Amino acid sequence: MSDALLSAHNLSVRFGGVLAVNNVSFDVQRGEVFTLIGPNGAGKTTVFNLISGIYTPTAGHITYNGQQMASVPPHAVAGLGIARTFQNIELFEHATVLQNLLIGRHTHRQTGLWQEMFFTPQTRAAEIAAREKVEHVIDFLDLQHHRDSMVAGLPYGVRKVVEMARALCTEPQLLLLDEPSSGLNVEETDDMAFWIADIKNVLGITVLMVEHDMSLVSKVSDRVLAMSQGEVLAMGTPSEVQSHPGVIEAYLGTIDDVSSLRRDHAKEQHP
Amino acid sequence: MRFIFKTDYDQDIRLAKHGGHVFWYGLLMVLLLTAPWLIEEYWLAQLTFVMIYSIVGLGLMLLAGFTGLFSIGHAAFLGVGAYTEAVLAAQGWPFPLSLAMSAGLSAAVGAIVGLPALRVKGIYLGIATLSFGFIVEEGLARWESVTGGNAGKHVKAIELLGYEASSNEAFYWICLVVTVVCTLAVLNLLRSATGRAFVAIRDSEISAQSMGIHLARYKTLSFMISAALAGIGGALYAHKLQFISPDQFNFLQSIDLLLMVVIGGLGSIHGAFLGALFLITMPQLISLGKDYLPDAIGQAPGLQAVVYGLVLIGFVMFEPMGLYGRWLKIRTWFQLFPFYRKGMFKRQKSFQKSDRLK
Amino acid sequence: MQELQVIFSGVAQGCIYGLIALGFVLIYKATETVSFAQGELMMLGAFCGLGAMQWLGWPYWLAVPSALLAMGLVGWLTERVAIRPILGQPAFSVVMLTFGIVYVARGLVTMIPNVGTETHAFPAPYKDVSFDMGGVVIGATQLVVVAATAGLCLLLYFTFRYSRVGIAMQASSQNQLAAYYMGIPVKRLNGLVWALAAMVATVAGLLLAPITFVHANMGFIGLKAFPAAVVGGFSSLPGAIVGGLIIGVVEAMAGFWLPEGFKDIAAYIVVLLMLVLKPNGLFGENLRKKV
Repeated sequence: MSDALLSAHNLSVRFGGVLAVNNVSFDVQRGEVFTLIGPNGAGKTTVFNLISGIYTPTAGHITYNGQQMASVPPHAVAGLGIARTFQNIELFEHATVLQNLLIGRHTHRQTGLWQEMFFTPQTRAAEIAAREKVEHVIDFLDLQHHRDSMVAGLPYGVRKVVEMARALCTEPQLLLLDEPSSGLNVEETDDMAFWIADIKNVLGITVLMVEHDMSLVSKVSDRVLAMSQGEVLAMGTPSEVQSHPGVIEAYLGTIDDVSSLRRDHAKEQHP
Repeated sequence: MRFIFKTDYDQDIRLAKHGGHVFWYGLLMVLLLTAPWLIEEYWLAQLTFVMIYSIVGLGLMLLAGFTGLFSIGHAAFLGVGAYTEAVLAAQGWPFPLSLAMSAGLSAAVGAIVGLPALRVKGIYLGIATLSFGFIVEEGLARWESVTGGNAGKHVKAIELLGYEASSNEAFYWICLVVTVVCTLAVLNLLRSATGRAFVAIRDSEISAQSMGIHLARYKTLSFMISAALAGIGGALYAHKLQFISPDQFNFLQSIDLLLMVVIGGLGSIHGAFLGALFLITMPQLISLGKDYLPDAIGQAPGLQAVVYGLVLIGFVMFEPMGLYGRWLKIRTWFQLFPFYRKGMFKRQKSFQKSDRLK
Repeated sequence: MQELQVIFSGVAQGCIYGLIALGFVLIYKATETVSFAQGELMMLGAFCGLGAMQWLGWPYWLAVPSALLAMGLVGWLTERVAIRPILGQPAFSVVMLTFGIVYVARGLVTMIPNVGTETHAFPAPYKDVSFDMGGVVIGATQLVVVAATAGLCLLLYFTFRYSRVGIAMQASSQNQLAAYYMGIPVKRLNGLVWALAAMVATVAGLLLAPITFVHANMGFIGLKAFPAAVVGGFSSLPGAIVGGLIIGVVEAMAGFWLPEGFKDIAAYIVVLLMLVLKPNGLFGENLRKKV
């Protein structure tokens, strides 16, 4: 318990008549990769939004590093060391990749308004320092080729990587990844698996992610939480959760489910 | 096509990115400094106007083009700055101090006008700023003890370091210095964290928030800086015209300012200057062209409005990147000659998506 | 007694604001564009009616529908020529384009020799009639405004409620591409909406003309209609009328009880209060992007 970086206790949020998240509790240990799985509409991204402070829980609370998150406004969340990516990419379209990443350094800003207006040597030094940190991330994720490209013109796979890079630039302790592999092809998903593993092992960042690709989940996750209709179904190691009957029924499915749909070819060809 | 071989982070941070920049902007500065000896007084006065409007345009460009907050009542800040300067100059304040007060007071008004921006977006913000514009204009007209009301107010000449800068040349140089300082300040802001925060707010507010950008603080800051710049422009405007009245800062003036930044090219600093140039030279061109048109059209009072309207419509429809965008295309054509491809700057056919869900 | 009179003239004025605001909201609901040109369309409509009666010599009952038809055509043409090509662009660009239309409309009208720069009386048949209702004198012009507005609203209500046009309009405003895929004739719909908005503006113009006379600066009244639309909630048709009535009455009362100058800015103070208290207007919807 003492090593839990983030814990959710009896978390619930209600939107009008819809109980989007119902009594969800889990904790994320320092240095692990924790994955949320579940069908669409299960409330996984809602949990993310609760952690980011975009929504306020109607019941329960979240603690991060021992601190209650209830009173933290959305813009202060990044300063605590939590960074996130978004399901539908929310990049700054009319800026270059480099500028997007530099915006990620905002929480580490050391210069004030007047220093920036006069562009003092301090500002210059701060800019160069920020640029160096950003370059490390660019090297880490192989984005050198796209450094000066406008985001608006980049292919989807690259934009997903830029979104992750921008989150990494905030130097987080906890990284929230919302469906990192959605829209990526097999090769890009493999790269993503390696990067997540590197983020955990090399950078020492704790990762909390939402994912649908089961092979990616099995490859990188330490623990998995399965949600359905806003509630917790099962929690444990990837193999434990994937063999849980409730999870199989709600989300994963078995071969038996589709057998009834299989056409009888023999009958068709020889009526 | 110019390829810049980068060896240093400083090259990306510098304002002048390569030798060409240094040469051309240096030349421009030399020409501007020697202008009083190169051109006649009438055109010098017009150039002064261009600079004054450029300062205001810089502010509006920062607010609308870079932070995405649209202000349809910007003339209010112009008016606040102009009247502050007029009142303080009449009381004998030294120019640098009165200029600072104009900027400061306009910034304060800007912070108030920016309050709705913290709660509403898009057209609602536009209407809020429009409303403030009307209220400030009416306030200037009613507060007769200070502003002289609708009868207007005379403005003394600038007193700088004991000298009265009443000649056209002296005033021109003062405007030049102020313009250069303001431009450098804005450029510096844009290449550092604050400017990037503005751009972030424009492109995706939720994302900006998750990067640690305090939306309310930066939106208010954008309004304040933009208003301060308009206030500085207003102060110089007051001295240029030597007589101001509230109806010079009405809705039509606000629309003219918007027209200026849109035609100049939204989202670029060059756009502010090109737009100001357009705003000042267009009436000249119209009066030049008037003689070639049949009397019914040429002498009609509505001609200027029709031309402005058509040019604005034309730019929005055919050149949304504005004059600066057109310049970029021309420059690329020359740089790539003869390999310029027709579709290089082609916009993707875009379909309309709901702005309410942004 | 005088208070009632003041309030009633506020109601009549408010109906005019409401009608113009109705035009805004129609266009906004269908294409999510904000058109600042409604005031100018109203002015053009008034001039059309005036022109039909004064220079074509037509009687009132013929001039009105012909002005409506003519302006409907103008609205449709404006949409076709100026608005349709730019519909995918950011909202601000479209707003700027409508400002351009404002400039062009005002300029063109003032260019018409001898007519554009003058103020003209509008020979409506009911112009000089007035009723004395227990001490309160109400001009027929004002009564007609209120009655016509009510009638028009009912007409529009039934049209949108019992036809598929309303839903089709909302669909194409939220996601134009998807609306295309669903077989909604988006372009035709947009043209129809602009024509309708122009006709509503013309009705406002023809109703206002006997009261304020016909002149090129009539369009400025359109600016006050924006606060009306905001107060009502920008995406609500009944809200536009309610907003207009509120603004009209508050303005009339401000003119009567408050010192000079407040009448002109009463509308704007109301809208600012509204934005502070209930940013989405009285009937507006609160939409938020779901990430």
